[in-house]
Amino acid sequence: MRMIRSFVPGLLLLCLLFGLVPVVQAQEDEAAGQALLEALAVSSYEAKSEAIESIITSGDERSRRWLEELLGGKLQRHKETGRFVIVLENRGRNWPVIDALSFEDAGEMSRRDLDRIGINNALRGQLQSALAVLDLYTDDVDDRRDAARELLGSVDAAMVEPLRELVGSEDDAEVRRLLEQGLAIHRLNEGDIDAIAELEGSLNSRVRAALNSATRSDNPLVADAASAALLDIEQKLRINSGLETLYFGLSLGSVLVLAAIGLAITFGVMGVINMAHGELIMLGAYTTWGMQQMLPGQPGLALVLAIPAGFVVSALAGIAIERGVIQFLKGRPLETLLATFGVSLILQQLVRTVISPLNRTVVSPEWMSGSLMINEGLSLTLNRLFVLGFALVVFACLMLVMRRTRLGLEVRAVTQNRAMARAMGIRATRVDIMTFALGSGVAGLAGVALSQLTNVGPNLGQNYIIDSFMVVVFGGVGNLWGTLVAGLSLGVINQVLEPWVGAVLAKIVVLVFIILFIQKRPRGLFPQKGRAAEG
Amino acid sequence: MIPTIPALSYRWLAASLLSLGVAAPALAQEDDPIKVGILHSLSGTMAISESTLKDTVEMLIEQQNEKGGLLGRQLEAVVVDPASDWPLFAEKARELLSQEEVDVIFGNWTSVSRKSVLPVVEELNGLLFYPVQYEGEESSENVFYTGAAPNQQAIPAVNYLMNNVGVERWVLAGTDYVYPRTTNKILEAYLRDEFGVAEEDIMVNYTPFGHSDWQNIVSEIKQFGSEGKKTAVVSTINGDANVPFYRELGNQGINAADIPVVAFSVGEQELSGIDTAPLVGHLAAWNYFMSVDTDANYDFIDAWIEHTGDEMSVTNDPMEAHYIGFNMWAEAVRKAGTTEVDEVKDAIIGVSVPNLSGGYAAMMPNHHITKPVLIGEIQDNGQFSIVWETPSTVAGDAWSDYLEGSRDLISDWRKPLECGNFNVVEGSCGGGQAEAAEAETD
Repeated sequence: MRMIRSFVPGLLLLCLLFGLVPVVQAQEDEAAGQALLEALAVSSYEAKSEAIESIITSGDERSRRWLEELLGGKLQRHKETGRFVIVLENRGRNWPVIDALSFEDAGEMSRRDLDRIGINNALRGQLQSALAVLDLYTDDVDDRRDAARELLGSVDAAMVEPLRELVGSEDDAEVRRLLEQGLAIHRLNEGDIDAIAELEGSLNSRVRAALNSATRSDNPLVADAASAALLDIEQKLRINSGLETLYFGLSLGSVLVLAAIGLAITFGVMGVINMAHGELIMLGAYTTWGMQQMLPGQPGLALVLAIPAGFVVSALAGIAIERGVIQFLKGRPLETLLATFGVSLILQQLVRTVISPLNRTVVSPEWMSGSLMINEGLSLTLNRLFVLGFALVVFACLMLVMRRTRLGLEVRAVTQNRAMARAMGIRATRVDIMTFALGSGVAGLAGVALSQLTNVGPNLGQNYIIDSFMVVVFGGVGNLWGTLVAGLSLGVINQVLEPWVGAVLAKIVVLVFIILFIQKRPRGLFPQKGRAAEG
Repeated sequence: MIPTIPALSYRWLAASLLSLGVAAPALAQEDDPIKVGILHSLSGTMAISESTLKDTVEMLIEQQNEKGGLLGRQLEAVVVDPASDWPLFAEKARELLSQEEVDVIFGNWTSVSRKSVLPVVEELNGLLFYPVQYEGEESSENVFYTGAAPNQQAIPAVNYLMNNVGVERWVLAGTDYVYPRTTNKILEAYLRDEFGVAEEDIMVNYTPFGHSDWQNIVSEIKQFGSEGKKTAVVSTINGDANVPFYRELGNQGINAADIPVVAFSVGEQELSGIDTAPLVGHLAAWNYFMSVDTDANYDFIDAWIEHTGDEMSVTNDPMEAHYIGFNMWAEAVRKAGTTEVDEVKDAIIGVSVPNLSGGYAAMMPNHHITKPVLIGEIQDNGQFSIVWETPSTVAGDAWSDYLEGSRDLISDWRKPLECGNFNVVEGSCGGGQAEAAEAETD
């Protein structure tokens, strides 16, 4: 298996390089193509691997498409007629297909009548490196880089010569460097001690894997040199992993800040204990899902539109809760707590009955998947990077609203001294509604962001309500800056602890830490000062 | 302020209800419907998994009634909602058995809810069909385990990774509760004793329920996997927590070719909540996949789609377990000629019914069933493609052969042994399950 797999891309390269690719007429090749595909329709994976090899070396111009469709699991065979088709869409019961030989439309077929040409991970690897070799010849630099990266660690004897020539003719330095590394890994596997020098200092995980296996080499010289090179790499990695933990912490912190910042307004500023806060987050997440349902095929646009929509939906729900429940329970925190807890259960069950108890799929747009590579040992996941940025923007906007607008001024006036504020002509009830709507709307924004990180389901809110209260109390009730600092620092503390003590214990330790901290400083990190604090 | 008249009417209502309850047994006639209890959470955290099982049993009952019912009587579903609250499971089970007087119960998902129901069904001599894969180490006279025991899921999956993928380093990642902890204990012992895997080549990691921040753990796994030996993750991560876990895997660029993840709790339903394109090639071990290519399965799927009215609804392994369990029970009732618990219990051992993957499932004397083990790779449409299966079906083993203490136990509910935990070395029976479980937790 291994032998075959490594042999194939090499052969392909030879074909391409020496211009052996014969140009074949499609109509003449109908039978040949059918025969090539026929060989795939066997159950043994080794036989399939050989069949893939013969497709690659056949030089048929359709082979690339076949390999891609095989990799995607879309190449299928009609059970009765033995006709090969490519499935265009494989959800539901009837699938639209095209003919695999002529690529012409072949109508719809029932999944009952189709046999999928199954592949496993080994074949997937074979197909991927075969396609990567083809990609080395494309004009797009990014594709070439990806292909070269894909080939790291899977270069074999047959590929060495063609790859060397490619290195000579390649313009892009990055591709050249990757190809040379790939060749060096191959030489190292053969026991060449000089190859280690070329790999020194690389943070790539496949290079590290190769060096690690070399430390177990029979040749003590190679083993020692590999260990020395690894030591150097480990050093560099340590700095990386420190930075990585910091990023993880900030990212977790930004989620906490987002979830808590709405609560910092309703609980912190207004003093309302709103147990339904989590469900307001959930509504925001469902709004994102709803938007994506309305705009199929445009997840990015839907996500952007969900930001204002999520705010509005949760704000309206917030107003309903304030008008329907909270206004009647002013000054009675225990009743408010119980009543809003009831509201939270009602909202959860409502979503369960109206939409579904099952989680909903929220698709991440292309530009939010994957990661941003800082260096080969450190890359930042894009979705979390966006959420981190989003949290900071939301925080900044909220600060602006509270400090620079009339609403903010009125809110601060009403919360500091309600009677005096009313005497000055501020309509306190209206301010209450607006403040609660603002806090709820921000919870909706948190929901939009969380839909990119976690499950969108009826329980989404429950997972964040405790954390949110924790952050607000730790940061100091009534202080937005406190919430920001508390959220980010709790995130970092949690992530620093996690590798040491495990996720379960890390949570407990953080909780105990907060309890002790509150004992010492009951008003949190940034207590409110002055007369407002007395109330 | 206390309104007196309503209070009076409450009392009146209670009295009339009570009299009804007393009168009910006397009314039970031959042509009364056979009552089938359904004990699945319809609200709370587990509703996501359990509510579809309730629908499955309802569908099976409907189908049976269309075929003329059982013993000439119609079947009737009695649905209760234990609301994902473990003690409530026991209360609801009691309600089903003593008030509704159901003839059989289909229910439970989590092991802790089953443990809570166990003493009740044993005390009131009920019948419970439990459809989910679990950690084993249990065999009750009144419970039939139609899901997989560890030797029908975890052990074959590890064998596959070892022999077909060549894995040398293992990450055992799980949610922190009884099923993952027991399963991982079994797997650790199995890897060490059977394959001689060294201590440093096994990494064990537990996370809380609903864990959503996987950055650190995924990064650790990545680190662990760059030691030059083929690494795989064996995941007993439960339910929802899988979605952010897989997302993080995809985003940190761990693909199945480098570090495959084999999961025991991820089925079609869990995948219907994620975009599976970055997960293609990761594995799951089950006894049934929706993609199984048999006519029985396609008919089942068609019936399910018709029942739910949703063209995109999926089927999964616990649904098949209920399908098998329901048919086994119906067959046993037919065989015994009555729904009487003791007779059905004896009649069901040895009953064999078709499963959905083209074979047969038989009820073994230890109340576990025979199942094929399938390994599937995740596809971009949220389905699995089967890459490996056991040559024949595997009989469920209640007591693991790899754990100290359970190695010598066997379970056989036939006469004359009639014991769920018979120690073959000491030659004695350990007694009731509920007490044994209690002793273990103490």
